[in-house]
Amino acid sequence: MKMRKGLWIQVLVLALVFSLILVLVNNISTNLIRSGLGFDFGWLNRTAGFALAEHVLPYSSSDNYAWALLIGWLNSLKVIFASLIMATLIGFFVGILSAGRNTLLRFLASLYVTFIRQIPLLLQLLFWYFVGFLSIQGNLIGPFKGILNISNQGIVILGINLSAEFSALLIGLSVYSGAYISEIVRGGIQSVSRGQWEAFRSLGLAENIGLIKVIMPQALPAILPGLTSQYLNLAKNSTLAIAVGYSDIYAISDTIITQTGRAIEGFILLLISFFFLNIIISNCMELLNNRLLSYQKH
Amino acid sequence: MSHIIRANNLVKSFTKGLRALDDISMVVNKQEVLVVMGPSGSGKSTLIRTFNGLETFDSGKLEVVGVPLYSNHDERNIRAIRRKVGMVFQQFNLFPHLSILENIILAPMKVQKLTRIEAEEHAMHLLSQMGITKQARKYPSQLSGGEQQRVAIARALALKPELLLFDEPTSALDPERVNEVLDAMRTLAQKGMTMVVVTHEVGFAREVADRVLFMDSGKLIEMTTPDIFFSNAKHERSRKFLNQIEK
Ligand SMILES: Nc1ncnc2c1ncn2[C@@H]1O[C@H](COP(=O)(O)OP(=O)(O)OP(=O)(O)O)[C@@H](O)[C@H]1O
Ligand SMILES: [Mg+2]
Repeated sequence: MKMRKGLWIQVLVLALVFSLILVLVNNISTNLIRSGLGFDFGWLNRTAGFALAEHVLPYSSSDNYAWALLIGWLNSLKVIFASLIMATLIGFFVGILSAGRNTLLRFLASLYVTFIRQIPLLLQLLFWYFVGFLSIQGNLIGPFKGILNISNQGIVILGINLSAEFSALLIGLSVYSGAYISEIVRGGIQSVSRGQWEAFRSLGLAENIGLIKVIMPQALPAILPGLTSQYLNLAKNSTLAIAVGYSDIYAISDTIITQTGRAIEGFILLLISFFFLNIIISNCMELLNNRLLSYQKH
Repeated sequence: MSHIIRANNLVKSFTKGLRALDDISMVVNKQEVLVVMGPSGSGKSTLIRTFNGLETFDSGKLEVVGVPLYSNHDERNIRAIRRKVGMVFQQFNLFPHLSILENIILAPMKVQKLTRIEAEEHAMHLLSQMGITKQARKYPSQLSGGEQQRVAIARALALKPELLLFDEPTSALDPERVNEVLDAMRTLAQKGMTMVVVTHEVGFAREVADRVLFMDSGKLIEMTTPDIFFSNAKHERSRKFLNQIEK
């Protein structure tokens, strides 16, 4: 029931935003026509002419701009989805340590969080790309050759080839968002009363089992909203891909705008694609939220 | 070995100079019911919580269900103790996201590796002992305080413990719900369960306790039978305390 209501509101907002955009577009286009530039999306069908190093679907420079944009959107999805998973793993791991009893691990966790939050993400991405990958001489990990190769060409893991650009972005975004997520996880764990820890410990349950079976299910409702907003931030931050030369939706739009001069149309498409991205993330989280919270209805 | 708890010179301070446990030595025998009394802040909770390792101590020696414990707080020994000692809290501390049945079978399945069927069968038996079989599929928030505390007792019994610890089990209950919990504890005592109970319930102590331990400022002031303690307490501090709770 709640889901459906939320969906209606989204549709309503979407309709409102679109009509606003239409009014805006109409305004701009009359202005553009008046000044002789015209307003159309016909160029989408023209040949892109540029090559892309990374594409999930087949792509060549003779494909059109629309296809190039779709490739860019899929590249964005790819790096966002992968970073989201890695950031979550890092965030939960560090968050659990920083809520734990081991003083040294707690200290290391807080060092990581403080350090990462002091430095702008752009600098971190440049660091991972130029210092982390491009400066590697030969193969970093000798003994695991064949399973995991790390070189200035990127990462090869179990036959899956990840470019240096993708890897730097993946690591940079995950390490950065992981720090924020770990704080949310720590807060969530600490919101569970001490009595719950004492209860499972008194039953002879091991710490890890108590954490999974007793503490985490109660911490998740407090964690999920913060997690959603971190995921949305991560998606937005992924547009910094352009700094390390990864062809995400923003980088490709940028190239297209330079080539065609269609800045307004380009930005409208960019806005729409991010709108869809955010809707996908928000709705997935909402779904997860409803499933996890179902026990609270008792 | 007829004793289940043996404490030798236990000392503990949370803050320097203030002793929550001040040189406590005592023994609890098998099948004995020991009631712990004393003014607020006298160290009753601290004492009972050291018995299953929820609190550490600074010096002294403890032996619970045959497992020794020193001030170094060996985690493996503590786990060994907790598998044989159940605890019931003032605030129940049931797991709110699990049904009553799931609350009870969690430890048997994870600690004793029972199958779900075995664990549920035993859990239903315990619930019927507590007179709340109808609530098995409900969640803690759907139960009254008295019912929740009886579930907590059933959960503490699930590992078939040799000793049960109670820290003010009826203090968070509505007055009309106190007796159903005390009755359940009385039945356990009649069946020979060894219990250490922190409580202000004088009636329960008189009737069920084999001995009463009176604490003040972290010290064991006296440990004697309820008959002597309630009618003929030796120590000035005990008499003062009894005067206060009778008011
Ligand atoms: N976690 C803690 N940190 C610091 N001091 C504590 C802590 N727990 C207990 N104390 C102190 O230790 C002393 C004994 O406390 P304890 O809780 O054992 O008393 P109690 O007899 O159970 O009191 P009550 O009847 O109020 O439950 C008190 O002075 C209390 O302030
Ligand atoms: Mg207390």
